[in-house]
Amino acid sequence: MAGRGKLIAVIGDEDTVTGFLLGGIGELNKNRHPNFLVVEKDTTINEIEDTFRSLGSLLGSVVEAKPNEHDPPLDETDSRQFLHRDDIGIILINQYIAEMVRHALDAHQHSIPAVLEIPSKEHPYDAAKDSILRRARGMFTAEDLR
Amino acid sequence: MSGKDRIEIFPSRMAQTIMKARLKGAQTGRNLLKKKSDALTLRFRQILKKIIETKMLMGKVMREAAFSLAEAKFTAGDFSTTVIQNVNKAQVKIRAKKDNVAGVTLPVFEHYHEGTDSYELTGLARGGEQLAKLKRNYAKAVELLVELASLQTSFVTLDEAIKITNRRVNAIEHVIIPRIERTLAYIITELDEREREEFYRLKKIQEKKKILKEKSEKDLEHRRAAGELLEPANLLAEEKDEDLLFE
Repeated sequence: MAGRGKLIAVIGDEDTVTGFLLGGIGELNKNRHPNFLVVEKDTTINEIEDTFRSLGSLLGSVVEAKPNEHDPPLDETDSRQFLHRDDIGIILINQYIAEMVRHALDAHQHSIPAVLEIPSKEHPYDAAKDSILRRARGMFTAEDLR
Repeated sequence: MSGKDRIEIFPSRMAQTIMKARLKGAQTGRNLLKKKSDALTLRFRQILKKIIETKMLMGKVMREAAFSLAEAKFTAGDFSTTVIQNVNKAQVKIRAKKDNVAGVTLPVFEHYHEGTDSYELTGLARGGEQLAKLKRNYAKAVELLVELASLQTSFVTLDEAIKITNRRVNAIEHVIIPRIERTLAYIITELDEREREEFYRLKKIQEKKKILKEKSEKDLEHRRAAGELLEPANLLAEEKDEDLLFE
């Protein structure tokens, strides 16, 4: 397991993605698919979900509003798709976007790739919404929001 | 699930010994698992605390990085599109290593640098220093985030492991051990009862034999009194034996 490098993926607004790309995490794989997604005001939730699941989709700027066939997330297939893109170790996602696709996030039970919620410029970090901390909520209520 | 079942086994002394050994085994197993669960829970709490601290720190670091981004944008103009278009190879990648806690393997991320900065020429026109600062800030943020991701994955994995271990402990404590104890009790009662039966049977046979003997003796008395009985020849009292030809 050690030695095979994995990437860090980003799903976020333009500023977040720019910043992280300058940090040096951006890459295009052999199919010219990037490991990041810029989410704009007109990006649909389906799009975000799909990228989250397969992490190989288009950049947010070229989005046609898809006819809304909201397919219910198939939990087993989505986690399998996730693991198919096995060169991704961590996924960074802005917290407000995570809220939008909360159900897809909660369906992801595997430990790799790790999903990390980061704050964006407009929305500072809110520990109450973080899916990981919510799991621990039941155990340590006093220590949570210190 | 019926709570009153026991293991179906033929009650014998050997079965009893076997059951005793199984009971001992189950108890030892339960204690070991309990210890494992305690160790995991301890580590779990530590990790959780660390996660909360790190997340707060991360919030701060991200804010700083966002400020420097705004500064850089102000000086160098809008470079977002250029940055996004110029992606080809990642410099910062991560490796997943395995760490072991009380028998549970936890994945740990470690970041490493590879290759050169593809954005060296960005900001050459204006705002180079801000851009450099920006890059440094985001690089720092990435390191922190990698650490946070490791903590988070350990957290999730440990959570699962603790749940499984606790389930096993409870299963042994509330299902397996009572079942074995019931089987043991059953075997002991069966063996006792068999002994009693044996004893009773023996006694009964003895009685019967006694009665039979008394009856036959009485019979003998009667026949002797009636004179029908010929005493068999007494070898020791006989003086002349007919079978001897030459005496």
